[in-house]
Amino acid sequence: MTALDSKIPDGAIADKWDNYKTGMKLVNPNNKRKFKIIVVGSGLAGASAAASLAELGYQVDVFTFHDSPRRAHSIAAQGGINAAKNYHGDGDSIHRLFYDTVKGGDFRSREANVYRLAQVSVDIIDQMVAQGVPFAREYGGLLDNRSFGGAQVSRTFYARGQTGQQLLLGAYQQLARQIGLGNVRLFNRCELVDTVVIDGQCAGIVVRDLVNGEITSHAAHATVLATGGYGNVFFLSTNAMNCNVTAAWRAHRNGAYFANPCYTQIHPTCIPQADDTQSKLTLMSESLRNDGRVWVPKNLGETRPANEIPEDDRDYYLERLYPSFGNLAPRDISSRAAKRAVDSGRGVGPLKNGVYLDFAAAIGRLGKEVVQERYGNLFEMYERIAGENPYDVPMRIYPASHYTMGGLWVDYELMTTIPGLYCAGEANFSDHGANRLGASALMQGLADGYFVLPYTIGNYLAPMLNKPIPGVDHPGFLAAEAEARGRYQRYLDIKGTRSPDWFHRELGKIIWDYCGMERTEQGLQKALSELPPLYEEFQKDLRVTGDGASTNQTLEKAGRVDDFFQLGMLMCRDALERRESAGGHFRAEYQDEEGEAQRDDENFAHVAAWEWTGDPMHAIRNVEELEFETIHLAKRSYK
Amino acid sequence: MAQAIQSREPVSGTATSPKKRRRSFVLDLYGTAVGKKYAMAITGIMLLGFVFAHMVGNLKMYLGPQDFNHYAEFLRELLVPILPRTVVLWLMRGGLFLAVVVHIHAAYGLTRLNRRARSVKYQSPRDYQVASFASRTMRWTGIIVFLFVLWHLADLTWGFANAVGNDGSFVRGDAYGNVVRSLERVPVAVLYIVANIALGIHLFHGVWSLFQSLGWNNPRFNKWRRQLATGFATIIVVGNVSFPIAVLAGIVGK
Amino acid sequence: MNAAHGNHLTNLTLKIWRQTGPSDPGKFESYRIDSISDEASFLEMLDVLNEKLIAEGREAIVFDHDCREGICGTCSLMIDGQAHGPQRGTATCQLHMRKFHSDQEIVIEPWRATAFPIIKDLMVNRTAFDRIIEQGGFITAPTGGAPDANLIPVAKPVADAAMDAAECIGCGACVAACPNGAANLFTGAKVAHLNLLPQGQAERWSRVEAMVEAMDEQFGSCTNHGECEAACPKSISIDVIALMNRDYLKAKVKNRKLIAQI
Ligand SMILES: Cc1cc2nc3c(=O)[nH]c(=O)nc-3n(C[C@H](O)[C@H](O)[C@H](O)COP(=O)(O)OP(=O)(O)OC[C@H]3O[C@@H](n4cnc5c(N)ncnc54)[C@H](O)[C@@H]3O)c2cc1C
Ligand code: HEM
Ligand code: HEM
Ligand code: SF4
Ligand code: F3S
Ligand code: FES
Repeated sequence: MTALDSKIPDGAIADKWDNYKTGMKLVNPNNKRKFKIIVVGSGLAGASAAASLAELGYQVDVFTFHDSPRRAHSIAAQGGINAAKNYHGDGDSIHRLFYDTVKGGDFRSREANVYRLAQVSVDIIDQMVAQGVPFAREYGGLLDNRSFGGAQVSRTFYARGQTGQQLLLGAYQQLARQIGLGNVRLFNRCELVDTVVIDGQCAGIVVRDLVNGEITSHAAHATVLATGGYGNVFFLSTNAMNCNVTAAWRAHRNGAYFANPCYTQIHPTCIPQADDTQSKLTLMSESLRNDGRVWVPKNLGETRPANEIPEDDRDYYLERLYPSFGNLAPRDISSRAAKRAVDSGRGVGPLKNGVYLDFAAAIGRLGKEVVQERYGNLFEMYERIAGENPYDVPMRIYPASHYTMGGLWVDYELMTTIPGLYCAGEANFSDHGANRLGASALMQGLADGYFVLPYTIGNYLAPMLNKPIPGVDHPGFLAAEAEARGRYQRYLDIKGTRSPDWFHRELGKIIWDYCGMERTEQGLQKALSELPPLYEEFQKDLRVTGDGASTNQTLEKAGRVDDFFQLGMLMCRDALERRESAGGHFRAEYQDEEGEAQRDDENFAHVAAWEWTGDPMHAIRNVEELEFETIHLAKRSYK
Repeated sequence: MAQAIQSREPVSGTATSPKKRRRSFVLDLYGTAVGKKYAMAITGIMLLGFVFAHMVGNLKMYLGPQDFNHYAEFLRELLVPILPRTVVLWLMRGGLFLAVVVHIHAAYGLTRLNRRARSVKYQSPRDYQVASFASRTMRWTGIIVFLFVLWHLADLTWGFANAVGNDGSFVRGDAYGNVVRSLERVPVAVLYIVANIALGIHLFHGVWSLFQSLGWNNPRFNKWRRQLATGFATIIVVGNVSFPIAVLAGIVGK
Repeated sequence: MNAAHGNHLTNLTLKIWRQTGPSDPGKFESYRIDSISDEASFLEMLDVLNEKLIAEGREAIVFDHDCREGICGTCSLMIDGQAHGPQRGTATCQLHMRKFHSDQEIVIEPWRATAFPIIKDLMVNRTAFDRIIEQGGFITAPTGGAPDANLIPVAKPVADAAMDAAECIGCGACVAACPNGAANLFTGAKVAHLNLLPQGQAERWSRVEAMVEAMDEQFGSCTNHGECEAACPKSISIDVIALMNRDYLKAKVKNRKLIAQI
């Protein structure tokens, strides 16, 4: 076990970031252009980092498998973004946002990072407004806020139900400007297939051009992975179809530790699966819980349509169980409550696989106009998908895999265990501990990209001035290229009988059943016994049609599923080893009499950072102990 | 084996090309499609003005030869004695001519641009939702009107297409007689009717469209644009088509 | 989970455009779907077809898609002569089979525009849109040093109008649907979004000029057919085109004034 140095600066929690900035090394403006930085990913984290670094004067190469940076999955974020602006004088502050985030993460995140996140959150809003993000306004023309799960103040900024879209477009436009000016080179429809480490430093990446299958190497002084989360390991999730773990996983295989893979978030408000052709699940923004009331029928085998069920036959279970937070209880808690309701046989909808989210009260209280103003486009989206009108019949919702708190382990500088390789946004594990609060991922992605990486990368590059770096003709690159070519050719050559999607579905079922909302020792053991044979079958019986020299989505999928298999095994191992319940990781064995998660701070107040050994089943578990100097560990109660 | 066909280049520096030297304001504006649309709309309005005035003037036909011919004469006498006879008329003619030239030139330019913008057509039938027959046939209705005007000039202004009347030939100055002689011929009357319906269709879209082209968009009057266009087109068509019919019906005649 | 509930559509015929690459002329091929749940989305129906093709050892149909929530703008498809298919204000990925019926023939073609060359089958290259944004579709506000977000109040109606335009997902349906292959709705939407906001005023005139001229180099012109608005999954109004035209003329005048002053 190697000790992990998280490089947390000294000083009081509130001074750490300033102390870091005062102490860090700088690159003189004219020297910046001598450094080449690769940014993989054009989501909030990637686009903001690339644009900011280019503005500073670095040469930046951006890679994305999308056709345009604007398509990154950040675009799908609906609800909003948090910031400790306290514009509404309801007692919000940097310290409160910091506290809420650590508590929301069930005391499994790194204090120093979270505090910094809360500090820069205010700058993010200023930056995005200056870029023309049309946040919702009040009649006076000032910014409006809404409250979000896990918080008792209104600190969430939003743009209708499309906050992620508007923020990403802001960052994308800033990036587009830099592309236009020639400070950024954009490689679109290019997928990272390997990272290259030479002499213990990240030397660059190997990418596959999705249009013509060409595999090429790219060298740089520093590389940033901002490649999003791995929620698609469940097959059915709210993530976009092309989200994948490949970039992070390839880095992991080259020596980057993978932290807390078992911390995955199940989002309480998604549209339940309708049939078995379902390819993905759609999220209904959590902000709906501001005005919607969650309930299920009291009686088993209830047959009446929702509106005919009288109040006394309804169980508003969240309001009953968590009086002070009610329908705004944090995600993991609401999700498990919904699961229990459905498992108890009181589920609603044709497949009895959902719970009601009812707006009748809100419409009565606020009037249809206000509700429409707030959620109009979400209601339309629901009607398009479910074919029911939420103004008349309550929505049906059920939890679904949504976000992954786990990711590449990074230190305070967001550097992975590979020097020169950074990781930002959802792809890293940094700030959300065991559970992420709503509207905090957008905040983190932009904080990393705008206000952290531009400083910390300089600190790493400064000493490298005028030192040569390995070129793409270095054997290290050539070997990685050859390996990648070989791998994709192998997928084509297996010529088995089953498609990548088939394997992905099977994998997803196992992970969802045994490593989903509720996990048990036996279940995880079972998963770990079923996964290797299935993976072997994948390697023997995969069928990929078409060729490797032109666009071939089946081939792309094969590569991604391959990595998902290996990640899946690591997830289950991590979940098995973490013998406690914390946030999104709920082990049935560890719950109190009321069925609430029971942490074990004695033995598990740490980060599990996994080290690649050549086989995920035998990865090595390193730990980073978490010190809580400012916040004292408490039971996470939302009663 | 993934032997790449041709490698793709990264995108960069797309906005660094040195800005092209500015031409004079008008040419600069006319250089882009949006600018050409301004030209079309403005010349369109000039033509509208003419067509409307012309229609109204022609109504004098119903007051008999004297009034009508006086009107024709009056056109020539405009601003006399400040300016010599027919000068104003020629100025107006010049303006009209210019308008038609610009209008057609722009139409031609835009049409070519649009063809280039979709070099490969859709291989399955389109199912248009709102694009009207009028909007999709602007080119053709326009050309029909243009050809009509040529014939029309030959007929009633220069007169060489008029001589085949059943009694005698084109009489300069006797506009009334010329019109009657011309429109008594059924095929000619039909031509007039067809051409004016084409014009009506052209205007049905054109009058609505010019508001958009000129950026005249305002929630207060947006809802009236369609009515205005329909109304205007109807008035022109009804007015103009009435003449050949009146002549054939003998309401207008000797 | 069983798919017992809900109805099934049976015996669908799909005429789908297949094209191996930019140089290949391409052609329609017919495929059959015996039965599909009406709860399935249109793209899930294509997934099912692709699974079938792979099982038969044939190459899957290439089509662009990602979020399947109608927000990323990756999906496209000309369905029975309509961009994004028959449902108004709905992207292809949000279109569900309940909008179709049994025994129907459905024709699927890629977007057609010179600026959107076909990459393969139904997948086209829409980066021409990015070129337009790179010319001026932004507000220059380098990271750091932005004033407090509440320093400049924005009247709610203005913020709302800007948001209406900002909803554009860059899917290209406007170009695909436009009989002229014009990108005026896309460009107008971005011009409107940024030119309406106080933050966007500094670059208002240079922005519209640069974007319109970039648009001109690749796309057709606007005859005000209105097809784009009808096809737009965000139902963006062609009012934004009028606004762009207006600002473009003003820009031409204003910029000349500025030059004259030097
Ligand atoms: C439906 C939904 C709703 C959400 N709502 C909210 C919300 O309301 N508030 C909130 O705070 N958070 C929300 N989230 C979470 C938040 O949107 C994401 O966590 C965040 O946007 C992730 O941003 P990112 O930049 O890290 O990654 P992404 O935005 O996912 O970007 C990943 C980028 O990496 C690129 N990439 C990935 N792999 C590769 C590869 N191998 N090679 C090349 N490029 C690659 C992709 O092309 C893409 O550009 C939501 C998430 C979902 C799914
Ligand atoms: C002489 C032959 C003509 C041709 C070839 C012609 C062609 C066209 C075309 C192609 C357009 C559509 C332009 C576009 O939106 O892309 C158009 C618009 C228009 N035309 Fe004509 N036209 C002709 C004559 C006329 C006449 C005689 C009138 C009026 C009496 C007229 C009035 C208009 C108007 C008002 C518009 C709308 C302009 C706009 O959309 O902004 N046109 N014409
Ligand atoms: C049935 C309807 C019409 C009638 C009866 C009619 C009649 C006339 C007459 C009598 C003249 C000769 C005027 C003179 O020389 O003093 C004339 C000239 C003219 N008409 Fe018409 N006209 C009709 C429709 C139109 C239309 C639809 C257009 C164009 C769109 C048009 C365009 C012209 C032009 C350009 C001239 C030449 C004007 C000039 O001498 O400068 N006319 N018309
Ligand atoms: S304007 Fe509408 S149709 Fe055009 S790209 Fe934007 S969203 Fe798509
Ligand atoms: S359809 Fe085309 S012509 Fe104009 S109004 Fe829309 S761009
Ligand atoms: S797939 Fe994202 S909009 Fe359709």
